[in-house]
Amino acid sequence: MMFAPPAPYLLKNVSVSQVMTQVCIALVPGIAAYAWLIGPAILAQLVIASLAALLAEAVMLRVQRKPLAMFLADGSAIVTAWLIALTFPPLAPWWLVVTGTVFAIVVAKHLYGGLGQNPFNPAMVAFAICIVAFPALMSQWPVVGLQQSLIEQINIIFGFSPRLDALSSATPLDAMKTSLKLGEGSVEVPQLLANQDIFGNFAGRGWEWVAAGYLLGGLWLWQRKLISWHVPVAFIGALALISGALWLYNPAQFASPLFHLFSGGAMIGAFFIATDPVSGCTTPRGKLIFGAGAGLLAYVIRVFGGYPDGVAFAVLLMNLSAPLIDLLTQPPIFGMKDKA
Amino acid sequence: MLMNLFKFKGGVKPPTNKTQSVGLPIAPAPLPSRLAVPLHQSIGGTPRPVVQAGDHVLKGQLIGEADGWISAAVHAPTSGTVLAVEMRVQPHPSGLDALCVVIEPDGKDEWIPRATVDYKSLKPEEVRQRLQQSGVVGLGGAVFPTHGKLTASKTVAMDELVINGAECEPFITCDDLLMRERAEDVVRGIGIFRDLLQPKKVLIGIEDNKPEAAAAMRAAVAALGENFAVVQVPTLYPAGGAKQLIRVLTGKEVPAAKRSTDLGVQCFNVATAYTAWRAIAHGEPVVSRLVTLSGNVAEPRNYEVLIGTPMGELLQLARPHPDTDGIVMGGPMMGFLVPNAEVPVVKATNCLIAHSERVFPPKAPEMPCIRCGACAEACPHELQPFELYWFSRAKNFGKTQEYAIFDCIECGCCAFVCPSRIPLVQYFRFAKSEIWARERDKNAADAAKARFEFKQLRDEREKAEKAEKLAKAAAAQAAKKAAEAAAAAAAEAAPVESPAGEPAAPAPAAPVDAEKDAKRATIEAAMARAKAQREAAQVKNTEAVTIEQQREMNEIEARRAALAAAAPEAAGPDSQKAE
Repeated sequence: MMFAPPAPYLLKNVSVSQVMTQVCIALVPGIAAYAWLIGPAILAQLVIASLAALLAEAVMLRVQRKPLAMFLADGSAIVTAWLIALTFPPLAPWWLVVTGTVFAIVVAKHLYGGLGQNPFNPAMVAFAICIVAFPALMSQWPVVGLQQSLIEQINIIFGFSPRLDALSSATPLDAMKTSLKLGEGSVEVPQLLANQDIFGNFAGRGWEWVAAGYLLGGLWLWQRKLISWHVPVAFIGALALISGALWLYNPAQFASPLFHLFSGGAMIGAFFIATDPVSGCTTPRGKLIFGAGAGLLAYVIRVFGGYPDGVAFAVLLMNLSAPLIDLLTQPPIFGMKDKA
Repeated sequence: MLMNLFKFKGGVKPPTNKTQSVGLPIAPAPLPSRLAVPLHQSIGGTPRPVVQAGDHVLKGQLIGEADGWISAAVHAPTSGTVLAVEMRVQPHPSGLDALCVVIEPDGKDEWIPRATVDYKSLKPEEVRQRLQQSGVVGLGGAVFPTHGKLTASKTVAMDELVINGAECEPFITCDDLLMRERAEDVVRGIGIFRDLLQPKKVLIGIEDNKPEAAAAMRAAVAALGENFAVVQVPTLYPAGGAKQLIRVLTGKEVPAAKRSTDLGVQCFNVATAYTAWRAIAHGEPVVSRLVTLSGNVAEPRNYEVLIGTPMGELLQLARPHPDTDGIVMGGPMMGFLVPNAEVPVVKATNCLIAHSERVFPPKAPEMPCIRCGACAEACPHELQPFELYWFSRAKNFGKTQEYAIFDCIECGCCAFVCPSRIPLVQYFRFAKSEIWARERDKNAADAAKARFEFKQLRDEREKAEKAEKLAKAAAAQAAKKAAEAAAAAAAEAAPVESPAGEPAAPAPAAPVDAEKDAKRATIEAAMARAKAQREAAQVKNTEAVTIEQQREMNEIEARRAALAAAAPEAAGPDSQKAE
């Protein structure tokens, strides 16, 4: 025969699209909590982002003369799109989400070579670009508890209805940070937490359950062996450690670890963003360092930095260091372990 | 027997597909129409053919003599006539051909006279020699000449002798049935190895999906009164890899850079032990082996097959289905599709799988690597296959070696789990071959450089020797001439009684002149000789000269001669310069 296919002839039943599909399934509990507690707008954003991502990917694949069907079906663009939709404000204008998604797919992914070649997490690149370029729009979050129908929210997204200031609120993290800064010592964390409009049982109202949903989905991913325990444990551990240390030191000025873990992008970051295999570390020890670094930096940026949530920048900074970390943490090989 | 077993990281669990071929006992395969026995069937040197077309051979007769220490002899699998010793396509992915002895069976299957011998009466070197001459090689797949592995290290004591009955690859069941049906001969063969290596322990490793084989081996060990430990190891591919089995049974990890004997352990396949026993105790060289026929066939089964049987003909015994489109030699993890159906069964052929899209669904196209790390988790040598993949693709072979590419045993676990369907093992084979090719080129270049430098050294040495010789000869000549001149001067000066200073003055000057003259004479003589030598060696273009050119040459020659004769002293340095 002209070309004999090589061994192995029997393969495990896995594929890239299977992996990506399972990641999307794992996001569902978080999305469900989100749609139920925050608002159904997120569903529209997911659709908008997915369509933009697929279109951008199709154009880039055509330009690179790669086969469309195989790569569009692999599902990686959908995962990027969903992560963008889930980290952007749910009532963000449609064009903001589309801009972010297109930037992620075109610049952060395809300009570096496409699937498997991006040094930075595309969703986090999109978040970073948009929060730097459109800071006002990226800080307009809805008031939790306001009952709005899907249609009303879609109208806001597409600009058919005005962006009422009453709809704009701050995230719990944002509220915590700004109040502490403005209060300058006269306002204390327990006082702030009493505000039941923004804060819930242990973290942000509504948002705490969304984070819990991501935690659930993440544990399922780990059980399916799609992610290893290293990055989530290191991220959560580092975040809990530093927030716990400072909280114990001065509970009036620093929020509890529970608050930090269930606010902002911590849970989705720990299980879905920092675990991105392409831009993260590959060695087990490297993953621990990567996760811990991201958790630590996220806290530092949140509390001492200029942005209410630091997960995106923390992950991007660790993406920068990932190749070096990998180089320095190569595990020993069978037979070459004891030098004695 | 309870034993503390170790684990190796990684490994995969492909569907075993073994039950279909163990239902029936081993059957002898009928004589094929032709046998093509390749001469090169083991690692190491190619045996030299000792028969030619037209010879009549008996079963077990030597047809290929071992060439060097790492080489094993090859024998005629049945009696018949040698039709030819010619190049034939080999069962190898490359499809290249090599020298084979083609035999037409005469149907009598007549053995050579076989001698049984008690190996305990032989010296260890004699046993090894017999094994080499009987063509005993590792039948687990590596076909390394067994006699080369039966010498213990001088510095490290042999702790364990590991016998590999694991047979971890799917579909293959020949070792399983060998142990079930011929356990006692296997155990006796292990005894030979035990006596040559003198280990402290003998451990026979069998995967736990083979309870009947384990029971048969235990019974044989007990019946023969040996103290070998039959140990069941967890079924996990590739537990049957030599290094993996050594790790599971002894905890020792043997890297690629070391030999297992340096860690005090040696490993042999059960079938190798069996053939060793038949060769030593029964005088039967290796002429056949057990082959599992499985895959897209109606009657999968194990057969005792003659080496050199055409594979297509052999597979017909299992009645392959019509949609069979190829033959895989080996298992689905490490085997390969043979180039055509006429290639012969060799000593390394443990299994033939009939390939079809039903049994082995076609693979999805290769996608880019997403760095998921599944391959690193599956690798039994704890390598980083994706790093090796990136570097192999980039042709950065230095880095592949830094990441230990030569520790890769090409088991296929990484490719098995890859979600992007990348044929990782192929990339590593490419990288390894490139590294070997570059090493060969480098060695050739180094050898050429060494030769050149030595030639230069030799040239200089010869020049120095020549100069020394000339100087000596010149000095001798000068001394002679000086003596003559002195004698002549003495004869002249003797009748004239002049003051001692005068004749003394020309006397020392005469030897100096005489020396110079002698030197010049010898140099001119040498030049003339050298010129004559050169002209004799070189192609002369003076044969076909025109008359004008000839006349010119003669004129030049005449001028030269005149110059030389006219001023002898002045001509000295001049003639040197002209040269």
